[in-house]
Amino acid sequence: MDLANVLIQLLNSVQYGLLLFMLAAGLTLIFGIMGVVNLAHGSFYMLGAYMAWSLAGLLGSFTLAIIVGVLLSVLFGLVLEWVLFRHFYQRSHLDQVLLTFGLIYIFEESRSILWGDDVHGVDIPAALSASIPLTENLSYPVYRLFMSGLCILLALGLYLLISKTKLGMKIRAGAFNSEMAQALGVNVKLIQMIVFALGVALAAIAGMIASPIASVYPNMGSSVLIMCFVVVVIGGIGSVRGALIAALLVGLVDTFGKVLFPQVASMLVYVLMALVLLFKPEGLFKQ
Amino acid sequence: MSTAHTNLERLPRSLQFTLGLGAIALAVFPFVGSDFYLGMVTRMMIMAIFAMSLDVLQGVTGLVSLGHAAYFGLAGYVLAFVSPADSGASIWWTLPLAVGASAVAAAFIGFFVVRTHGIYFIMVTMAFAQMVFFLFFDNKALGGSDGLYINLKPTVMLGSFDVLNLDNKRSQYFVVLVLMLLVYFFLRRVLFSPFGRTLSGIRINEHRMRAMGYNTFFYKLAAFTLSGALAGVAGYLWGVQTGYINPELMGFHNSAHVIMMLILGGMGNFAGAIVGAFAFEMFLHWFKDITKHWQLLMGGFIVAVVIFAPRGLLGLVERFTEKNPTKPLEKDTSTDISKSKSGVESLQSKISSSDDGLGASHD
Repeated sequence: MDLANVLIQLLNSVQYGLLLFMLAAGLTLIFGIMGVVNLAHGSFYMLGAYMAWSLAGLLGSFTLAIIVGVLLSVLFGLVLEWVLFRHFYQRSHLDQVLLTFGLIYIFEESRSILWGDDVHGVDIPAALSASIPLTENLSYPVYRLFMSGLCILLALGLYLLISKTKLGMKIRAGAFNSEMAQALGVNVKLIQMIVFALGVALAAIAGMIASPIASVYPNMGSSVLIMCFVVVVIGGIGSVRGALIAALLVGLVDTFGKVLFPQVASMLVYVLMALVLLFKPEGLFKQ
Repeated sequence: MSTAHTNLERLPRSLQFTLGLGAIALAVFPFVGSDFYLGMVTRMMIMAIFAMSLDVLQGVTGLVSLGHAAYFGLAGYVLAFVSPADSGASIWWTLPLAVGASAVAAAFIGFFVVRTHGIYFIMVTMAFAQMVFFLFFDNKALGGSDGLYINLKPTVMLGSFDVLNLDNKRSQYFVVLVLMLLVYFFLRRVLFSPFGRTLSGIRINEHRMRAMGYNTFFYKLAAFTLSGALAGVAGYLWGVQTGYINPELMGFHNSAHVIMMLILGGMGNFAGAIVGAFAFEMFLHWFKDITKHWQLLMGGFIVAVVIFAPRGLLGLVERFTEKNPTKPLEKDTSTDISKSKSGVESLQSKISSSDDGLGASHD
């Protein structure tokens, strides 16, 4: 493999890792603060992708579709938390697993009724459709760079939100000891609602920006969900920083695995997880 | 570990009697039912074995595995691999081999999985099962996404006599019925053996069991292996009945379905697993009959059960029958901690959950 190829694969793995991070961050935040296992998290990713596809068709602009899609997914997250999830924070993990598994069925079938079972492609917006030439016959698409850039911006925003703002302080207080936070006047219920909607929105954004390169298809949520689990397990549940590092690690192992050892590529990530479990059963960054 | 669910370990006489009647009904059924329903009940009994195998982990030991289908599917694959294309392989060595393969896989994966707790356990079991899924899905040599056919059913020979022809639906039915009963009585024995008591102890308080000197890692690994092996029995029978094995059998939908069966029927006593498996398969069949959008009904059904009847069908019956106005004071609290919680108790449990739960890494 020459240098240009290595560079391309490196960029791809970072891009994939950052995308996984968007999903895993929401999952890990929701677990860290509300203690909920959410199997339906992959469905939010699928929902985002389908929204991008149908809204881009409706509105005629991918950018506009993303903006409307984010608003819709936040709304969806708020309602879902209010109607269902908030009643399950104190329930056993078993109940949560079943609830969210039931939701997967509901979301999948609603998707099938609403949008059908076909595979769809989403056009890359014209402004980002160019490629940067690396050698005579190798080039790297601008859109992938844009994806990575957007993910980095959002990750940075998430970091600033959690560690620098007043809302972030309340979120951390809620995660550390929700009863104490409540006693001190923090509206924990509202915080939980916001965090849940944030998680849904992050997953939906990931789905939306991934749709032009990954296309839009049924059951696209479940494979990504398992990868998120792997990321969260490696990073340590509840740790956003751990999720970032684990996501990049998984992206690296998966992408280079596919190039170097195509026969066993799909297993490598799990081998990585097994190794982490062997030495650090609670993940690399236990909170 | 949060298992607030009631475990009706010792079955009341009335229930035992009902179960006995059910067993008799199952024994008589092949002589009255049609071929279609014969196949359907056979499938239900296979799923009942599968559900009982998971109950060892979920109901008795208190470990929620979301990857149990991997061991189920693996045994079916082993049968497909070792069955020659032109003749049936003997059940006497293929069954132990398939079950053994599932046991080895469960022991190997269990070695990594059992050191995790709570939510980690759920996620890691699911992830490893997915690994097995992809191993078969991505490799053409292992059947790939299309799966494998088992052209000829295994033979059952005693000496040089062919005692059972497994092509016959009725003999399939009886083999599955006998195995289901064997597994049931075996697990009931295990439940009240020192080993089973230790597993129950781990469910109720693992720290205390460890403090008392039990090597809980070993016990949990043994439970995981046993559970995987019995799932293999079910998977093998599935292969025998359908003659076809594909990676979907190992997918997490299948794993989640078994969990649902246990919830429906009630956990920790194996009888509930059987009842739950029958009920679940019946609902599934019914939903698929009503509409092609059956997933919507199934999803709604699961959500409704979790919200309104988290203690299963039996719990639901209890809830309606116990609604007499003169509520007895001497209600046995040891069997029912989830319902009649006094204010102080609920506060206490809230406090105790807040000082270990919100560090976010525990469960």
